[in-house]
Amino acid sequence: MVAGIVSWGVYLPYWRLERRAIGDAFGASAGRGRRSVASYDEDTSSMAVEAGRLALRPSGVPTPGRLYFSTPAPAYLDKTNAATVHAALGLSPEAGAYDLCGSVRSAWATLELASLAGERGPVMAVLADLRTGLPGSVDETQGGDGAVAFVLAPEGGVAELAGHAAATDEFLERWRVPGETGSRQWEDRFGEEALVPLARSTFDRALAQAGLTAGDIDHLIVTGLHARAVATLKKALKVPADRVVQDHSGLIGNLGAADAGLALADCLERAEVGQVVAVVEVADGADVAVLRTTEALTGAQAARRQAGARPVAELVEQGRTDLAYPVFLSWRGVLQREPPRRPDPERPDAPASLRTEGWKFGFNASRCQVCGFRHLPPTRVCLSCRAVDQMVAERMADVRGTVATYTIDRLAYSLSPPMVGAVIDFDGGGRYRGEMTDVDPDAVTVGTRVQMTFRRLYTAEGVHNYFWKARPVADEGDDQGVPT
Amino acid sequence: MTSSGIRDRVAIVGMGCTPFGELWDQGTNDLLTDAFVECTGSAGVAADDIDAFWLGTLGAGNSGLTLSRPLKIDYKPVTRVENFCATGSEAFRNACYAVASGAYELVMAIGVEKLKDSGYSGLTGIHKVGDGTNAQLSSPAAFSFLVPAYCHKYGVDPEELGSVLNRIAWKNHRNGAVNPRAQYRKEVSLEKIAASPRVAGQLGVFDCSGVSDGAAAALICRAEDAHRYTDSPLYVKGLSLIAGPAAGVIDPEYDYTSFEEVVRSAEDAYGQAGITDPRSQLAMAEVHDCFTPTELVLMEDLGFAERGTAWKEVMAGTFDRDGELPINPDGGLKSFGHPIGATGLRMLFECWLQLRQQAPPERQITTVTEGGRTLGLTHNLGGGPGECVSFVGVVGTEPSE
Repeated sequence: MVAGIVSWGVYLPYWRLERRAIGDAFGASAGRGRRSVASYDEDTSSMAVEAGRLALRPSGVPTPGRLYFSTPAPAYLDKTNAATVHAALGLSPEAGAYDLCGSVRSAWATLELASLAGERGPVMAVLADLRTGLPGSVDETQGGDGAVAFVLAPEGGVAELAGHAAATDEFLERWRVPGETGSRQWEDRFGEEALVPLARSTFDRALAQAGLTAGDIDHLIVTGLHARAVATLKKALKVPADRVVQDHSGLIGNLGAADAGLALADCLERAEVGQVVAVVEVADGADVAVLRTTEALTGAQAARRQAGARPVAELVEQGRTDLAYPVFLSWRGVLQREPPRRPDPERPDAPASLRTEGWKFGFNASRCQVCGFRHLPPTRVCLSCRAVDQMVAERMADVRGTVATYTIDRLAYSLSPPMVGAVIDFDGGGRYRGEMTDVDPDAVTVGTRVQMTFRRLYTAEGVHNYFWKARPVADEGDDQGVPT
Repeated sequence: MTSSGIRDRVAIVGMGCTPFGELWDQGTNDLLTDAFVECTGSAGVAADDIDAFWLGTLGAGNSGLTLSRPLKIDYKPVTRVENFCATGSEAFRNACYAVASGAYELVMAIGVEKLKDSGYSGLTGIHKVGDGTNAQLSSPAAFSFLVPAYCHKYGVDPEELGSVLNRIAWKNHRNGAVNPRAQYRKEVSLEKIAASPRVAGQLGVFDCSGVSDGAAAALICRAEDAHRYTDSPLYVKGLSLIAGPAAGVIDPEYDYTSFEEVVRSAEDAYGQAGITDPRSQLAMAEVHDCFTPTELVLMEDLGFAERGTAWKEVMAGTFDRDGELPINPDGGLKSFGHPIGATGLRMLFECWLQLRQQAPPERQITTVTEGGRTLGLTHNLGGGPGECVSFVGVVGTEPSE
């Protein structure tokens, strides 16, 4: 598992929900801290796009020829969600894109598959989760939303695989029938009894394969949705406490399928060359990988810094915390909010969406090769010089812009009104009128700097309408800051 | 652009206009029938006398059958026309050209819209979904972009501009209050307008035109035949319809303080009509006050005020019913709502009443009775800032020469 990682990207949404807000609503304690929350216009696919963009940003990252996407909360069944991610990342049409969806444990398999496929050529693995549960449940308070992407390649991996082992057993610890809002769990102590011995023996086998002992481990990662088993294992594996990687669930919640990836990214950001990292995940069994970091780690870390990537340790600290619990519930579809007296949005047309794939998913403008004028959306006839069919596509997803004028639209249909509309003028030319997101309506001004983000505008007749929105940037050298 | 126009070659000889409003008890067919009957009655003609028809509607129905079916028109040409909010004016324009071409002697332009049956707030259903990437902004939001841009360009304090917009709403409601055909027939205080809930940006409920049902119609014949039908025809002086390249929404040069399409169509219509100073030559203008900032910007685009000064002119009362140039003396879209296909013809109906001095005394404008001016202007704008169609028409009671 995970040999050959050359880059990674971690996406945590803008919003946090204070656990106290849940507790207060029910007149009970829901614990301290907060959880990360995907906004009303995000899903696992859109978050995967954001993580993937961040992983591709550092210079020298090879273009993936395969994309593997894993989530237990897919936006679609039957249809490949990775195809959406693939299109939004602007990957080659010749790149395969595959989902590994369903159980939380599929995420591990995704990394393992990517690691194997990565020996033949560059690949990307994206893990995303959107944890939810019945209102007031432990899953709701302790879960979190986010995505982590890794690029793996034959050369330049930041870690080598020293040993790995797995174990599987059939027992009813956590389950969910498709369509249900929340998972069910058997009694906590039963799961702990089932998982801990399996993980211990798996850990021992992986270490033996690597020819190492627990004392050789510099960074121990233990993850899983079973908090009690994870806590027990952190002590039971006989790795000194100061080498156990601290989890961030207090600040963002447990990211489920993306949690091991998050911890690994966090660890790689701080690890040094030649260190041993052990990753243990419990889910319907146990998986363990023992890695040794390589000389390439320093370069990857530097490239990330240069690209303005924020370390996980900072990402978990930020986020907007004034989210009201009823608003969260309405975003999750648990609480149905009165819509505006406007027609429901219509589903986008499939043929039109295919014809404009480069625009709708890739956010490609067309630039006139005669006069240089940039058109959003792309057109065949140039506004400036009227040349016909002299256009070249230009990806605008990573081009920043400035708000030329804006409005707060209280009448338009929105899953979370009011809609903030803005006219965006892009650096280097081009204007686009669209929606803003992750924004405080009172903080927008003419001149607000924005970057683009891939979102799900709405869902109609079971069709998710994905497109791009603008969101404020915190500062110029940084993609991931939350403006304060 | 070359447009020689058809100045004084055709004339309006009859008109009809239903009351506009939430007409729960009237359908599209009823509205068309009422406008049709009033219109033919005013000229003393029968349906059989009319050679061809142009029906303007955005969504009340497709094809000429929408008119020929309810009116039982006997195998005549009926053309259904759509051009966003300029739909009614576009039906009129095309009908005029048909007469001017010599193809027909007497034609009707009729427009209708039945908006209230939808059950929704505001206008809906103009845009097709396609690939789903079109911004789903509402109309008030699109026009609210004008407000911060105007303030920024001319250094007007947003609160002060708010007072200007409130006064536009107040003025149009005041005009509508004495017009029995208007949807809203009550004066609204400036305080009430200022306190109305926000809809989009700085725009409140009273900055938006209403939503209503209505129909209006005009009979057009060759100018030389006009006196066969009426002693006081209205001659068509100029007609211009401009569709732009939708530049503003994709060109960073556009600053959201003007409608280029309006500027161009006004230039064109004034050229055809021989107007050089619209502010002093026109007796009145019916302009497309879909939202209060639209009317503000139109005062400059139509040449009624210098750039950057319309807000002062509004406060000075220049455009009041008893002002230097009455704007929307009938109450405008603000008081009438905006049944799209009917609006342009409703505006023309006000010219029909005012220029011919047939408006009731309490609202007859004095630029005609005392000022001796003979020309009126109607204007529509369909779309929004940066991408719209614009119509400007000029009519008058006196033929040239």
